[in-house]
Formats: sequence, structure tokens, C-alpha cells
Amino acid sequence: MTARERVAGTVANYVDERTGAAKWVKKNLTKVFPDHWSFLLGEIALYSFIILLLSGTFLTFWFDPSAREVIYDGSYAPLQGLHMSAAYESTLHISFEVRGGLLMRQIHHWSALIFMAAIVVHLMRVYFTGAFRKPREFNWIIGIGLLTLGIVEGFLGYSLPDDLLSGTGIRIAEAIIQAIPVVGSYLSYFAFGGAFPGEAFIPRIYTVHVLLLPGIFLALITVHLMLVWYQKHTQWPGPGRTEKNVVGYPLMPAYMAKAGGFFFIVFGVTAFLGAVASINPVWLYGPYNPGQVSAGSQPDWYMGWLDGLVRMSPPIETYWFGYTISWNILIPGLIVPGILFTGMALYPFIESWITGDKREHHLLDRPRNVPNRTALGVMSLTFMLVALINGGNDIIATTFELSINQVMWFSRIAIFVLPPIAFVITKRICLSLQRADRELVLHGRETGRLLMLPHGEFVEVHEPISPELAWKLTAHEQAPALALEDVDARGVRRAGGLKNKLRKRMSEANAESIAKPTVNDLKEIEHH
Amino acid sequence: MSNEIEAIKDPGLPAHVHRKADSDPVAEKRAERQVAILFLISALGTLLFIFAYYFIPEDVFFFFPVLGNTNAHQLFLGLGLAMALFFIGAAAIHWAKTLMPDEEVIAMRHTMRSDDEDRDALVSTVKERAGAAGLGRRSLIKRSMGLSLGLIGLSPIVLLRDLGPLPGDDLSKTSWKAGTRLVTDPGDRPIRPADLEVGAVAQVLPELRGKEKRHLDDIAKDAVLLIRLRPEEFQLSPERLSWTYDGIIAFSKICSHMGCAVALYEQTTKHLLCPCHQSTFDVPRAAKVIFGPSARALPQLAITIDAEGYLIAQRPFTEPVGPSFWGRLS
Repeated sequence: MTARERVAGTVANYVDERTGAAKWVKKNLTKVFPDHWSFLLGEIALYSFIILLLSGTFLTFWFDPSAREVIYDGSYAPLQGLHMSAAYESTLHISFEVRGGLLMRQIHHWSALIFMAAIVVHLMRVYFTGAFRKPREFNWIIGIGLLTLGIVEGFLGYSLPDDLLSGTGIRIAEAIIQAIPVVGSYLSYFAFGGAFPGEAFIPRIYTVHVLLLPGIFLALITVHLMLVWYQKHTQWPGPGRTEKNVVGYPLMPAYMAKAGGFFFIVFGVTAFLGAVASINPVWLYGPYNPGQVSAGSQPDWYMGWLDGLVRMSPPIETYWFGYTISWNILIPGLIVPGILFTGMALYPFIESWITGDKREHHLLDRPRNVPNRTALGVMSLTFMLVALINGGNDIIATTFELSINQVMWFSRIAIFVLPPIAFVITKRICLSLQRADRELVLHGRETGRLLMLPHGEFVEVHEPISPELAWKLTAHEQAPALALEDVDARGVRRAGGLKNKLRKRMSEANAESIAKPTVNDLKEIEHH
Repeated sequence: MSNEIEAIKDPGLPAHVHRKADSDPVAEKRAERQVAILFLISALGTLLFIFAYYFIPEDVFFFFPVLGNTNAHQLFLGLGLAMALFFIGAAAIHWAKTLMPDEEVIAMRHTMRSDDEDRDALVSTVKERAGAAGLGRRSLIKRSMGLSLGLIGLSPIVLLRDLGPLPGDDLSKTSWKAGTRLVTDPGDRPIRPADLEVGAVAQVLPELRGKEKRHLDDIAKDAVLLIRLRPEEFQLSPERLSWTYDGIIAFSKICSHMGCAVALYEQTTKHLLCPCHQSTFDVPRAAKVIFGPSARALPQLAITIDAEGYLIAQRPFTEPVGPSFWGRLS
């Protein structure tokens, strides 16, 4: 035994005698993780969160979360002598006088954008591959919670510097609160400690941004990861992969090195962006003043769809019994987002109700093999994309020399027309891809080599595909639609007829597919 | 279905293919050197970072293609850090991919569901313990406990009451009163009609009277936009026309949609545009909404001149300014 082994043994013994950790660690060091690039998207979100904690902690050492009015006398000449809040002044101080401060600010902002982007793309991966199915519904809901909180946290974060752009965002948030029926103006006065903007909101959102929400994030992320760990990761279908096993690399050493290395890659790329790509140059915007605004005011990208919905809303307010209800704010600002996020959170339960499938699933779906789900996903993304585009309608109008009215009317129509079209097209593409898979299994790969037959006919030589690929293309289930009769076995009408009919219709649409090839089909072809 | 009976068979996990470094010592040595070089590049990155921090002055700018005029301190500090971090990651991953074991292993899954035995045992334990506590039998305790737990939930809500005052009629009032002078923002100078040419636009605030300081809360309600047209261009009711003075019309600058500053005035079309959500207001027709999400015209401030010829408000705003709220009309 070497000296080093002896020391390690002593330490390990000391810890194990007090915690009994050896058994757990031994078991988990050999834990198996399936390998696929799409499984790294969630990791990017996790690592961005760590980068946010590190860079954010650095910023708190200088940031002064106060609306106290000061006169600027720092090193940035164009703003000297201006009245501004201590929050804005300290942001300028971090940017210009603290060495590495601007870099850290930019890393913090870039990693917030990457954090949100990674969450959204990770969510798309989980959705389109069906990874949310039993037993992973809890983790889906936690994920939706993290997405929602991420939007709020990001918004509060870029509101803290109290520049002209961020103050405008806060003003809009205040208007949304104020639009809530009955209690809106009360809630707004509570949130802002009186009239807008007041002096209370910066310290308040600072506490929420650096303490309350990060704490909730930490708790939710911990549960999210523990569930992934305990339930084991899903895997793609392929040779040797079943619902009962998990195939991949053990945690130690390969997976540990890859995952740990990936953290540094993400951090490195974020630092590179922070170094070369200027983001949120608050010194150009000036301090916040409710009587001023800059043209082309844009929120960060993950709020853009919300802003786009608000912009395209028709000018409807009602004045019933002397009370004002601002539908032009409530519908795009609260009702539509509420429906979207609730629908998203409930989706696993809706799908399992339609399919009647209550089994555990650990093998992922290839998106083409579940045309309805894939089409619904693309439809939702199309909706969001139209909203996002409209969120930048002023920028688009000036860039492409259109009138803002044209862009707005395009969005107002497109938000209703394009999503259903996207659904139909996606579903057809999925079915076509299924057909292509079937062809590939039955007739093999086109080699591009032409063969002239004795009687002069030309044929292309097809090469049979490998058994591994054939299995991958046919491993999925094709469940028939639910047999839901309107009347039960004794001829009595079932209760909830309308609900049943709806379920039946959706189940039938869901089961639409191109029959996957069977051994029989293959044999039949050989005979020809 | 025939599919399920005659499905194509799973050929099983394909045989492991060894990497070059697994069998060839030369390739193994090369991979080792590559990993070491990547780590060394990272170390160089940290050195660049430290060098930039201490020795590159903060006021040196130079032209860098694509980036334009760039601060050297900031750029090399960032590039050093990026290099230092990125290449640690690259080295670790290259190490894992070339030299660490890459054989896929199989682990078995277990269903999440507990055994029936355990589940039954849980149910009986819970029943037995709950029975021992007598929660079901002692309804007096159950009800009083429900009451106390329900009530204590109220205390955090009560505690939050002092977050802010009640709005009262605060949202319906501004600092504008009959006779308040319009002063420029910035500058706080009173204005005569002649100061404003036809087609010009100016942001004004109420003159400070007695108060020595203007708060942002005041500006958020008081900001007013003055626009001068030719008097014949107005298409106003006689009452609204009497609120203008010699072609000068005054509107609240706070958008009636969500409270942004309605700051973009287009001289040729005489439209006011809010840059936040593109609500468009037609100035000659009393800022009527002609496009966008806002449902209400901008409130108009009645103006005239005082004895000294300065512009003043005839009276306060006749309606609340800014975004709508539940009790706006009461």
C-alpha cells in the first residue's frame, strides 16, 4: 500500500464511519448514463445556473440596490452631472471602474439568455421525444415551474440596473398588475410601496432576485436532478436497448469527465461571449425617467413573445357598471400565457388520457412516430414564433422598410392562421417520414448503382440495411385507437357521451400512422 | 395485430469497436500529449487573464475587425478567462473520449412501483398510527386544529399589508391645477406660445410651486407633450378646441395603454406613436387612437395663457392619466 493510498483510506474510513456513505457511493459511481447530444441541453441549463450564481455573487459586492438619488461623477463622461439612482450609478461603477466588472456583467447577462434558451430547447427535446411520460410527469411539472420562474427571474434581473430601458419594462409590468380586475391598483400600490415608480421597488426586487428566487431554483433543480438520478435517464431506441435496461457509460470515470468538462466548455463559451459581444450597454440608455423612452424598446428574448402578444392585441376595454376592464392587457398579458403554461403543465396527463396508456416508458419516441404530438408541438412553437416576431415588429419594420401596421396586421392574422397550417404540414411530414422508413426497411438503401438487365431494362441496385438499423426503425409500438363505444355491453348509453366522443376522436387522430414493416412483409418481398 | 407477433427482432447490442489508442501505444501516447497540450493552453489563458488584469491599462482602445473599436483591457481579460475555462473542458472531454474506458455497459431498471407487500404494510401502518392518535375520533381536536392552522395562514398576508399605502384617488390626480404654468423639461423655464414654432413639439411639466424637488412619481403622471399645429388643422369639438391655444395642443405624455412615454411625433402625418406597443394617436383629432392596442385617446390638458403671456393649465386633467385600472371612472 502506497502512502497516498493509506491517507485516502484513512479519510474514507473517517467519513464512512460517520455517514455510512461507502455503500451509496460504490453503487452510484457505476451508475449508467445513456449518451446522446440531446441529453446535454438540460446540462447547459444547469451549468448556466451555476455560472449565474458565481457571476451574480461577484456583482452583488458592488451593486447598490437603492433608488436613492445621486449625482454621477464617475469616469463615463457623457453622463457626468446627471441625477440618477444609486442602482444605476453602481452599475456604471461596475462597468467602468471595477476591473473585470463589465466582463462579469456581460457574462451574467449572456448566461441568463443561455439559461433560458437551454431550458426551452431542453423542454422541446423532452416534449418531442415523449420523455415526459410516466413515470416522469413530476419532473415535467417541475421543469415548467423552472421555466416560468426563469422568465420572472430574468425580467427582475435586467430591471435592477434602473436604466431607461429597464424602467420602461417595469412600467409595463406595473400596468399589467394594475389591469387586474378589482384589486389591481391595490396590488400595484403594495408592490411599489405607493405610486409608480417610488423608491421601494429596486431593493424589493433585489431581494427577490438574489435570495428568494435563487433559493427556490436551487430546491427545484435539486429535486429535478434527484428524480433523474433515481428514475434513471431515458434512452433512444436501438439494438440492445429495452424498456427494462439502460445502456450507456458508467459515471466514473468517462461520464464524470465528460460532464465536468462540459461545464468548463459552457463557462468558456459564455466568457467568450462576455468578452467580445456587448450586451445591455446601460450607459447608452441613460437613467430611468418615466417621461422618457428610447425608440426600439425591446425586452430580452424570452419576454419577447409576451410583448408581441400585447402589441398585437386589439384595442378592447369595457366599462361595465362604471368599472374598467382592460381586455387589451388582460388577454395577452395574463389570460393567454396562463392558458399556455397550464396546458403545457397538464400535457402529460392529457396525452395519457387520450391514449389510455398507463405504463412506464423509458425508451424515447422518434418524433415522426408520434405525428400528433409532434404536430401539436410545432403548432405551439409557430404560435410563439409569430408572437416573438411581433415583439420586434418595430425593429423588423425599420430593418425591412415596411410599415409597422403591415407587420402588426400580418401577425394578427398569422397568429390564428399559421399554427393550424403548421399542425397539418408537420403531421403530413411525419407520416411521409414513416413511409420512408418503411421503404428503407423493405427495399433497402438506394446505392446509386444502375444495373442493365438482359432485356435492356435498367434497375437501381438496393442494398439491404443492417439488422441494427432495421430494428431501430421498427422498434416503436403502433397502438390502435381506443375502442370507446357510445353504448356499453348491455346497450346502455355511457355517461359523459360528449367527453367520450372527444376522447375517441383524439385517440383516432393520434393512432393514425403508416404500418411499420413486419417479418412477413420482408419475406413476401423476398419471394418476388 | 400481426405487427406484434411478427415484429423484426432486436439484434442485441452491437460488438464493441476498440479505439486506436486502446491497442496502439503510439496512438495512446499521442492522445496523452494532446490532452496535456489542451491543459497547457488553459494555463496560458489564465496567465493572459492575470496579465490583462494588472498590466493592460483600462483606457486603451484599438480597432479590431468585426468588433470595431474595442477596449483592450476588457477584451483580453475576457479572452484569457474564456481560454482558461474552455480548454480545461476540451482537455477533460478529449481525455474521456480517447483514453478512458468507452465500453457501454448495461444496467437494469426497476419499476417505480413498490412491492404489494410494502404498499400494504404502509397502508396498515398509517391506519394503525392514525388510529392510535385518535384523529378520526377526536373531532373537537380535529376542528380546533383546522381552525388554528387556517387562521395562522392569514398572518403572512396581514403582515404584508404595510408594503404600501392604499391608492385612494391618487391614480386619478396629477399636479396640474388651474393656472399651473407649463415649464420646459429639462430646464424648468416657463413657455410663451411664440417659443413654439408650427410643427414643433416640447415636453413640459407643471411648474414647481413650493416644492423644491420633482420626484419621478410626479413625472410619471405629470409629463405633458405640447404640439403646435396650424389652428385650421384641428378637427376638434368646440369644447376641445377651446382647450387649445393658438394652435398649441397639450396631451398627457403617459400612454393610455401601459404607461410608456408617448415620445415619437411624426410631423408629416401628425401622429403620435408609443414606441413600446405602437399605439398610434392622431393629434388633430384630440389624440384619437387610430392604430395599436390602446383603447383610449390620450387625455388632453386644457391650456391658455396668463397675464404675463406664459402658457398655463386652464384646469386639472378631466380624467386620470396613464394606464387603465378597475376604478378609473369612479
